[in-house]
Amino acid sequence: MEAFTTHTGRAVPLRRSNVDTDQIIPAHWLKKVTRDGFEDGLFEAWRKDPEFVLNRPERQGATVLVAGPDFGTGSSREHAVWALQNYGFQAVISSRFADIFRGNSLKNGLLTVVLPQETVDALWELTEADPTAEVTVDLEARKVLAAGIDADFELDENARWRLLNGLDDISLTLQNEADIAAYEAARPAFKPRTITV
Amino acid sequence: MGRTLAEKVWDDHVVRRAEGEPDLLFIDLHLLHEVTSPQAFDGLRQNGRQVRRLDLTIATEDHNTPTLDIDKPIADPVSRAQLETLRKNCAEFGVRLHPLGDVEQGVVHVVGPQLGLTQPGTTVVCGDSHTSTHGAFGALAFGIGTSQVEHVLATQTLPLARPKTMAITVDGELPEDVTAKDLILAIIAKIGTGGGQGYILEYRGSAIEKLSMEARMTICNMSIEAGARAGMIAPDETTFAYLKGRAHAPEGEDWDAAVAYWKTLKSDEDAVFDAEVVIDAASLAPFVTWGTNPGQGAPLSANVPDPASYEDASERLAAEKALEYMGLTAGQPLRDIKVDTVFVGSCTNGRIEDLRNAASLLEGRKVADGVRMLVVPGSVRVALQAVEEGLDKVFKEAGAEWRHAGCSMCLGMNPDQLAPGERSASTSNRNFEGRQGKGGRTHLVSPQVAAATAVLGHLASPADLSDVATTAGV
Repeated sequence: MEAFTTHTGRAVPLRRSNVDTDQIIPAHWLKKVTRDGFEDGLFEAWRKDPEFVLNRPERQGATVLVAGPDFGTGSSREHAVWALQNYGFQAVISSRFADIFRGNSLKNGLLTVVLPQETVDALWELTEADPTAEVTVDLEARKVLAAGIDADFELDENARWRLLNGLDDISLTLQNEADIAAYEAARPAFKPRTITV
Repeated sequence: MGRTLAEKVWDDHVVRRAEGEPDLLFIDLHLLHEVTSPQAFDGLRQNGRQVRRLDLTIATEDHNTPTLDIDKPIADPVSRAQLETLRKNCAEFGVRLHPLGDVEQGVVHVVGPQLGLTQPGTTVVCGDSHTSTHGAFGALAFGIGTSQVEHVLATQTLPLARPKTMAITVDGELPEDVTAKDLILAIIAKIGTGGGQGYILEYRGSAIEKLSMEARMTICNMSIEAGARAGMIAPDETTFAYLKGRAHAPEGEDWDAAVAYWKTLKSDEDAVFDAEVVIDAASLAPFVTWGTNPGQGAPLSANVPDPASYEDASERLAAEKALEYMGLTAGQPLRDIKVDTVFVGSCTNGRIEDLRNAASLLEGRKVADGVRMLVVPGSVRVALQAVEEGLDKVFKEAGAEWRHAGCSMCLGMNPDQLAPGERSASTSNRNFEGRQGKGGRTHLVSPQVAAATAVLGHLASPADLSDVATTAGV
């Protein structure tokens, strides 16, 4: 995973709540067996409308998505995170994310930032009025900064540390292999097994 | 202080707990399917890692599989390649696989329980959000992303922060024709699609205790649609009776030891939940969705709501967009909504009891002209059981299509899809825009409402069928 420290870029205001992962990346894209090449599938149905915010010329090259509440609900597909990243997004801001989507994003270095809806509203107003306005997401200082906006955000210290250092979860867990082996040795005999080994 | 069911199961799986770190949780059962696993196996290969516990891992094929002509090569080359990738990966790493054509193949969340692999007090994960289904057995079961699939393959553990707990207490008697599906749709409408976010839900109360395992699975299955990663129901005699004698259920002394442990798996009297929602079962009625998320639902007897009636600006906007997408008008009676397609199946309602419920209403009746009805058993075993009971004949004689097991029309990954603008009554779990095919419009319903709707051609409850003559028994 790539480390995330701080990022500054233009934003896409997405005034929709309950943006489910079927909208972020429709199911027929999930037949791919790679982690890349999902950018054209991002919001595929909505992008057929030339007026959809992502299609506006002034939003090209934007890297911060500012969305309504309950972003990433529905399916556990990590392809939703890959699609956002493949398209060029580095951070998503919302007042509430679905759990699985949030977990997936933080494992891939896509920073998902939770801010109060009033701050999201302020970011929408700012970036709709001025598409060139830049938004900074600073993970070290745990702050979102933009013209007239200085908002602190929370992220648990362990997740922040892993993101700042771009650490691989599996390697971290395998440092505790002895704990896993000890747990396995003490498991009850009645627990189910799929095959006899 | 007492502990909740979720806390007990969680505590029993902590491999490592350290200040400032998420708990490292042991995973008892890892279910795999073709869609969310290829990139995880690639990760193992790139890092020279193996599957740590092949004996706790099992795979099947469901999302991409066609429900017709399964003896022929899969027409879509991309779907075929994804299934071939799973077969190659399972062969290379030694994972047990039930491919298309195998007698144990089916929707992953139907397969685990029917094999007896899903047991009380286990931790179950799968790269699929409807893994919450398995919570019906008192298992802690949740969906994970592909990075976590790789993590479990490599370590049989997951680092996780412990969620809060919410009790959903349902007391009283469910009225006639009100099913587990109506109950969970009503719960989601009440707490919202984000209402369970950050919680493990525990469904309890006298109405829950009376439910069959199939009905409990329907409820736990849709916990994710309320934003909760997991939903659980304390195991009881119904659970034990369901498990007894299944292929992977414990036997002999192991059975006794297991049951003794399982009986401890209930929330203590003095356990404290972080939140509680109380529902009166008797107040419920057949429920359908009108919008584009599972929280946008109402009793079948209601009208399509007016977006202007929502005080919250984002809910109002969401309702406006939903009505536009669904092609509905505020104030229109839900019962007047005509459908083109009826789908009975999926990990929510594709079990034997669901098929029996739908068949009992179709017996001696006909699917309305112009309506296409698909009945898709959740697994090959469910299909075989249904055939043994003659349910397939009931469906076919009514004019429905009897298909092979798979995810089918629950999601647009296989040939079973809605055409743009087509409208369905579906026993699946998601009514998102385009979920059942680009431009398709979905109303989530119970198997009983699905069957009544198929006969009448518009959204309907079993009671509405009283005027429709049946030739059953003639």
